[in-house]
Parts: sequence; C-alpha cells; structure tokens
Amino acid sequence: MTSPLEQKLKVKGPVVVTANRLRDGVVIYRTADAGWTTDLAAAVVVTTTPAAHELLKAAVADDVGAVQPYVAPVELTPDRGVLPGNLRERIRVGGPTIELPLSA
Amino acid sequence: MYVYDEFDWTFLEQRVAEFRDQVRRRLAGELTEDEFKLLRLLNGVYLQLHAYMLRIGIPYGTLSSDQLRALAYVARRYDRGYGHFTTRQNIQFHWIKLEELPDAMEYLGRVRLHGIQTSGNSIRNITTDQWAGVTPEEIEDPRIWAELVRQHCTLHPEFSFLPRKFKIAITAAAHDRAAIKIHDIGLRLYRNAAGEAGFEVGVGGGLGRIPYLSQTIKRFLPKRDLLSYVEAILRVYNQYGRRDNIHKARIKILVHQIGVEKFAQEVEEEWQGIKDGPLALAPAAIAEIAARFRYPDYEKLDGNPDSLTSARLTDRAFATWFNSAVSRHKVPGYAIVTLSLKPEGGTPGDATAAQMEAVADLADRYSFGEIRVGHEQNLVLPHVRQRDLVELWHALDAIGVAVPNINLISDIIACPGLDYCSLANARSIPVAQEITRRFRDLDTARSLGRLHINISGCINACGHHHVGHIGILGVEKNGEEYYQVTIGGRADEKAELGTLIGPAVPYADVADVVEDIAAAYMELRQRPDELFIDAVKRLGVEPFRERVYAARQGG
Amino acid sequence: MRLVKAGRIVEDRFVHWLDDVPVPEGAAVIVPHGRLAAEPDLLRRSAPTGVIWPNDRKVSDLAPYVDRLALIALVFPVFKDGRAFSQARILREQYRFAGELRATGQVLRDQFVFMLRAGFDTFEVTKDSDAAAFAETIRRYSIFYQPTGDGRHTALTARLNRAPVVAAPVRERTLQET
Repeated sequence: MTSPLEQKLKVKGPVVVTANRLRDGVVIYRTADAGWTTDLAAAVVVTTTPAAHELLKAAVADDVGAVQPYVAPVELTPDRGVLPGNLRERIRVGGPTIELPLSA
Repeated sequence: MYVYDEFDWTFLEQRVAEFRDQVRRRLAGELTEDEFKLLRLLNGVYLQLHAYMLRIGIPYGTLSSDQLRALAYVARRYDRGYGHFTTRQNIQFHWIKLEELPDAMEYLGRVRLHGIQTSGNSIRNITTDQWAGVTPEEIEDPRIWAELVRQHCTLHPEFSFLPRKFKIAITAAAHDRAAIKIHDIGLRLYRNAAGEAGFEVGVGGGLGRIPYLSQTIKRFLPKRDLLSYVEAILRVYNQYGRRDNIHKARIKILVHQIGVEKFAQEVEEEWQGIKDGPLALAPAAIAEIAARFRYPDYEKLDGNPDSLTSARLTDRAFATWFNSAVSRHKVPGYAIVTLSLKPEGGTPGDATAAQMEAVADLADRYSFGEIRVGHEQNLVLPHVRQRDLVELWHALDAIGVAVPNINLISDIIACPGLDYCSLANARSIPVAQEITRRFRDLDTARSLGRLHINISGCINACGHHHVGHIGILGVEKNGEEYYQVTIGGRADEKAELGTLIGPAVPYADVADVVEDIAAAYMELRQRPDELFIDAVKRLGVEPFRERVYAARQGG
Repeated sequence: MRLVKAGRIVEDRFVHWLDDVPVPEGAAVIVPHGRLAAEPDLLRRSAPTGVIWPNDRKVSDLAPYVDRLALIALVFPVFKDGRAFSQARILREQYRFAGELRATGQVLRDQFVFMLRAGFDTFEVTKDSDAAAFAETIRRYSIFYQPTGDGRHTALTARLNRAPVVAAPVRERTLQET
C-alpha cells in the first residue's frame, strides 16, 4: 500500500498495469491487445519485471487513454480468477470500504 | 460577506474559460498529462483512487446560502450526492469526471466559487477563525485582510510555480481557532502597547513528513505593510526554497536550514526595497475592500431572552445541545451556532446534498444567509437570534447535525484516507467511525471533556494528526494497516506537536488504544475539569504509554 | 523552438554562442554567464551582447552589467521551476534593466501571461503550436489583481479610479521594430 507513485519496479508475483481513464477517472486495466478494460478479469497478467516494464511503458505512452498508469499486484486464484493483490487495489475494485452517504 | 465587483467577475469568467480550453486540449491529446497535471492542480483537480477529486475553495470559510445550494447541486449533478468539508475550510467532491469539470466550474463560477489554487505548488486558501466577524474575542474582522491577501495571491505571476504548496492563515483573536502556527505564514492581528492594530508574522509552520511550528520573524507589522511583507517572504522562498526534493521543499525546511534570524534578515532586505512601492496599502485601498464586506443588519435585541433561559432550564436535550453547540456572539441577543458533521458512525466532515440544501434554507431563515466552514470540519451558522435557538435546534436535529459532541472525543478530524486518496497508506474514516461508536454515550464523552482526535491516512498529514490531543497516523507495515498514536499535540495559540506513545498498532486495535488512553486520563486527572491536554502536559507521555502497551506486550 | 516577440513569431537576431570560439565582430550573441565573467570586454563591443543567467544564481551578480547588456536570457529548466519569475521582476523593477528579457527552457503556453507580467518580452517557445497561439493566449485575461512592473492597470487602481479597465499596452519597447 505504499503509494505506487514511489515504487521501484521489482516484480515478485503476478501483476497488472492499472490506471485511471482520462475522461472520467474510472479505474482501468491494461489488456493484452494494448487497450484498456474496466474489468480486472480481462486484464493481461504478467509475472516478470521485463514484461511488466514493457507493459507499463506502452501504457504510459497512451497518454490520452489513461492517466498515471502503474504496476499493481494481483492474486491468482483457481476458483475466483484474478483478484486485486492488496488493500489499495481491493478498494479500487470495490470502492470505498465505508457506506457512502445517501442523499435524499 | 465579500461582494464581488465587476473585476472579480471578469477575472473568474476568464479563468473558467481558460480551464475549459485546457481540458479540451488535454482530452484532444494536445497537452500531455505531465503538462496538464500542474494546470489541473491549479484548479483544484486531483486524480484519486476511483475518480477525479475536485476541491473547491471557500475563501476564509465563509459561504452564502446560494453558494451552499450550488455546492449541493454540483454534488447531485456531477458527483454522488455528497461533499466533504476539509481541514482548510474547503469542500471536496470525490467522484468528478474530467469531461464534466468545465461545466461544473462554470456553474460554480456563477456563485463566485472556484478551485483556483486549491492544490498544486501555489498559494492556497487563506484560512481563518470560523467565528471571524462575530466573536467578541477578536480585535476586528480578519477576513478583510484575508480577502486582500487572497486577491493579491490569485494567479500571481511571480508565485504560481513555487517550490511547493504555500498555506497562509490569519487570526484576530487571542484564542487561535485558525491554527496559524502550523502554516507557512501565520498572521496574528493584535493591538500593540500603543493600541495600534498590526500583525505578528510567523513563518515556517507546516506538518507532513517533517512537522514544524512557525517562528515569528516580525513582531509587529503595520497594516499598511501587509502585502509588501508577504511579497518579500514569497520572493525569498521562491528563489531559495529547494527544488530538488519534494519532501524538503516547503518554506519550513528553508527557515530551519538557514536559521530564523538569517531568514528574517533576507526577508527584511527584500522588503526594504519594496515596502514603499505600489504594494503599500493606502487607507483608500483598504477601505475599498472593506466596503464590499456586507454585514448583517442586526436587530437591536436584549441578550438572553427569557424564552431561552426557560428552555435551557426545562428542556434537558435542548440544554445539552446549547452547552455544546452555542457560543457567544458580539452582538447582544445573537449567538454563534456550530453544526456537527460528526454523527456516530459517520464520515467526519461529510454532508449530503440534502443536508446542504437544508442548511442553506436554515441559514436564510436564521442566519442572514451566511454559513461558515471550520477547519475542524464542522459548519457554523454565525448570526442566529437567541430567541430562535430552540426552533433552530429542532430543525438541525431533524437533518442530523445537532449531535451535541462539539470539541468532544467523537468530534474527530480526519482526512479521507485510503478509501479515497491515492496518497494514503491506510484508511482513516473507518477508524474514526469505530471510535465514535465506542464513545457513542454522550455522558461519557462529556465527562472526558474537550478532546481533539486527529486522524491522517498518510504522512502528508491532511488530518493534522501532529497537533491532535490524540493524533493517529496510518502507516503501512508488510501490506497491513498500522497506526502510530501520538498524544499532547495542540493547534491553538499554545501549539505543540504530539509525542509518539509507542510502536504502531494494527487497524483492529486503534479504537481500543483510544479507550485505554481515555481511561488512563480519567484515572490520572487531578480534577474533573483538568482537560486531557493539560493532564498530558502535566504527566508526560509515560503513564499513557504504560497503560496502552502493558496489555499489548503480552504482559 | 520558435522565438516570439511582440506576439509574433520572429527571426532571432541573436545567436547562442555556447563554446569558447572567439565571438565574431558585429554579431549579436548570447553567451553563458561563465563566458561573460571570463571576458567582461564582451560588453564593450558595439554589437549587442546577451547573457544566459542560470536560475540558481543571484541576479544581483548581474547588477553591474545591466546597463551594457542588450539581452538577458533567464531559464525555466522545467516549466514548474518558477525561480526565473522572481529573477525577471528583480531585474526589471529593482535594477531597471531595459534590454530584452528572454524566457528560455521549457516555455509553454500556459505560462505566457505570467511571463509577460513578470517582465519578459521575448520567448523561446518550446512548441510551435504554442508559439502560433501566443497572441490569442495573452488575451485570456484582462484583469490582474497584483501590480508588477509591466504597467498594466490592476483591479485595485481601476477600483480606486472606477475607470474602465483597459489592458495597458505591454511595455512599449516590445511593440517597436528593432
């Protein structure tokens, strides 16, 4: 949960590249076909530092598609597929862990 | 309330148009993110975990009812129906879309609201006492000076690309509700021995990774010299503040590095060259701004009407709320009313659009259409007739802002934390929520007395944890949320930084730790009216450390 | 990179002379500050001499030369490093430098107005598209809150006079042809 803006790239497990969509800030993940998806399950997962580096480089170059891409850990489970790999990423998938105020 | 003139309107329209063009260029790929980021920050637009966040400046915490209604509209139309009031008297919306921002900004511009310089390496909102203009404690209304400085610092061509953010606060009362000692420039308006009003100027306060309290570099600055002196400080900082390391770039580091005397000297040298130039404030200039501050047409009323006295004696619930939320007003027959945005289990400082609209209506009815935002994340209705208090209380209660916990342990100050913020290491809101649940019993809370808890989700300290009576800082340890706890901090005129009580504790333990600290205080205080903060000062940290960590070390 | 002066893209009559080769007679050159310190005689030439002054050196060191320098180039190593804004104002307002004050480095559209107000009159603009948009960009704002040496009316003077706000012309010399 250290701010990824300060992370040095050292891949120790499965990771994805994630970012926010430029026009509305929605959470997105890099896909295998050099695009973006809002669905973590459709993200391309890599497991080595060079692969992550390549993926990130391409993502950073897509300055109009995505803002502030970074490498984020995921958890691969046999039954539930790709899950976010830390609390920060869980919050990005699921939203704030608190109830949002309901406006009348 | 400051009234815009045609120049203020034109300026704002031009700014809104410029930003619309900047967003267009960004969406079209004509601006890279690197080029755009600073521009959007200059308009208060952050990228957070889930979405963009828009921070709207509320100059010196003063809002009109039409402005509050407009904020409610933005919450509904462009966000998810609520907003968050911050520790710098601003408001934040957490779910904004970039492509809708220009429209939202234009809408807010029509009621004189904007996000100019609410983020980035710029001069931020000039904050002050939320009771400015109405408290009997002040020597005069500091907001006129805040407005003068605000205008001077808005899109200042020389100081729009400072080494780092720059925060200015001003107070005109002996009891400092503006926390000036934790600001880059803190201004205290006071009368000297000769009875003249002027400013004590402090520099170099600031929290974050390396917290400092400000130090005085000018004991008495005549009003005439305010802008030129601030200019001199900024010029020294702009030239010599560090640019190589974002964590060492605030003015507090520069002051500490070269020493306060040397710093004061540099400022003095620069200032001597400019003090008699165009920045010298002639009485006409001051009068011009002051003239556009409108004050309510107060009625001539007797203080403490019988109806109020009687209600306080006969209605226990009303009396409890009165004692918590109502403060003395300088005009007889009037009162200052604080609205608690800290309900049990709620998010500190959040208000729904419905609540904002209701408060705006109540402001129109009971407070001459004016609302204030305090840095402790509560709202204020500053001009309420004492004879209206009972009726108002019922109305406030109906919208959930009458919890009588002002300044109590459940009146927590907290940043949004990891639930929203991309800078955070840990969550702060659920920690606050749990604490409010543990102390839901208001009799218990009242018996603990004034006790400020401040929670920050990361070292950037937006929750001001360093100056909390109890300060809680979220950190990350091996992928888990841990919290460092400090005690003994304070943000007022006796400002102090808190002291760490021991190793960080896990998320699940924080509320227990707070309970332990509260229990220790209850046992150790000399008298029921010895405040927590005074007991800590007297006893030091040790007794509290023992109490908290004895159980936790398996002892 | 395009040079903008008086709102238009122009040819640069100065040459950046960055190495140790002797400066030719009659050529308008801009030299690094080290060169100027080593060869102060450069200022005695009849042809115009300019200097590049780094943004981390005190401009007071330039004070003895301001009357003889035709041009001072200040530097924005990245656009967010705003030190040259202070340097510019000090040169104009305190040392009364009346020559060409040039913005170099990363000079982007969104800083033009600030730069003009700080006293710059020529701009080595990083992006061609920004250079082309200069004249339009500086028309974004007609109201300014704070006085600088550029002579524009501020909101305050306008308020006190309740005169119609007319954007004062940018210091006259930049509108003159060289």
